Amino acid sequence: MPSRGKKRPLPSGIDTNDGPLSAAPAIELHDVSKRFGARWALARLSYTLPQGASLLLTGHNGSGKTTLLRLVSTVTAPTLGTLKILGLDARADRMKVREQVTLLSHANFHYEDLTAKQNLELVAKLRGAPGLPAKVDGLLDKVGLKARVDSPVRQFSAGMRKRLAVARMLLLQPKLALLDEPFGELDPQGIAQMEAIMAELKANGTTLVLATHLLEQGKRLTDVSLHLENGRQVA
Amino acid sequence: MSGLLGQSLLVLRKDLLIEWRTRARLNALIFFAIATLLLFSFALGPDTVMMRKHAAGYLWLGLLFSSMLSLGESFRIESENLAMDGLKLIPVDPRAIFLGKTMGNTLLLWLLSLVLLPVTIALFDVTVTLGWPTLVGIFLVGSMAISAPGTVYAAIASHARARDVLLPLLLFPILIPALLAVVKATHLVFEGDLMDQLKSWMRLLGCFAIIYWTLGFLLFPKVLEDD
Repeated sequence: MPSRGKKRPLPSGIDTNDGPLSAAPAIELHDVSKRFGARWALARLSYTLPQGASLLLTGHNGSGKTTLLRLVSTVTAPTLGTLKILGLDARADRMKVREQVTLLSHANFHYEDLTAKQNLELVAKLRGAPGLPAKVDGLLDKVGLKARVDSPVRQFSAGMRKRLAVARMLLLQPKLALLDEPFGELDPQGIAQMEAIMAELKANGTTLVLATHLLEQGKRLTDVSLHLENGRQVA
Repeated sequence: MSGLLGQSLLVLRKDLLIEWRTRARLNALIFFAIATLLLFSFALGPDTVMMRKHAAGYLWLGLLFSSMLSLGESFRIESENLAMDGLKLIPVDPRAIFLGKTMGNTLLLWLLSLVLLPVTIALFDVTVTLGWPTLVGIFLVGSMAISAPGTVYAAIASHARARDVLLPLLLFPILIPALLAVVKATHLVFEGDLMDQLKSWMRLLGCFAIIYWTLGFLLFPKVLEDD
């Protein structure tokens, strides 16, 4: 029986019991461990998060939050244990998982020598879903980059890069959004905008996993929490 | 546009766009390759017979050394901001990344070979005996043969700390047969083909290019994914 983190009252329509409201839990970790060299970044982590719920991931620097998000995104694979995302095996069905999951990371995945618009257009065309390229301008406007759409990312501040990364995340229309320090590098206006975007995603039924040191904002936006210490679940 | 070919072409277009915007790689490659050819010509001295005899070898060594810069750079742009992880998460088929990157590296190397040809003619006093189309074709297939394993090994080396040392160490041994064939074929185009050997060398070169592309296509997902 997978262990769970602390629960807070959930919005209606979200069920944290093992009987899933939707077809499968958003995240199912069973004895998941990840090793880098001799160091275990995550050790025997078991956890289940239902679809539509939102999880606050807390822990000190180096506690394993980023590693866990990277595992769930399937960009890296667990050393031991099994991991299912939206009912799909994270290793065997990784391409299908990636169609439904996005990761907002410290590294923002941008090409420095392409413009903001070119970066998003590339993502839209590579994803191949009809109508995505047409959404690029609107999303750049939404994150406050309308005036800089044709500037190369190399000229952007850290906050602007983060805003572009948020636009990229929204473009991909995820069922599960993994947000690693989403408020980092943002000014107060950007943080408020980010909160509004996350609330919108949540209202649309997107499952959120949020790793942040800003606990106030984090708690406001999430339903359950999971605290990690040295790669182990403590609460 | 999606699908394997569509994604490959988008990756190629993206690489060419970045290359065109910075032009850093192409400029560095041209200067490095010309400097290498100059050094070879100085090392040989004024012996024009010797120069003509070895011109093809020196031309391809210059291209091979330059390709180390080119291949390494093609994955440096993917390491910056972890852009490769971003591609994987869109998701882009790893085989499309291989095809797009390899086509881009082939194109760059082929263009470089065309730039180096007049330099080689001037420095080594060679003449194109068997016709330009044959030579341009050999350059294209030779560039393809270097680029496919080069792309695979550049992806492997991009994760390593000593990536600049690792890439030639991995790549040079596997390229020896293709390099032998392309140098022989180029030499025959320069010096004439009295024994009708050109077709055999070109066939051998073509076979190696096909083998390298097939293996790269099949193995690249294993290289890219953390299993």
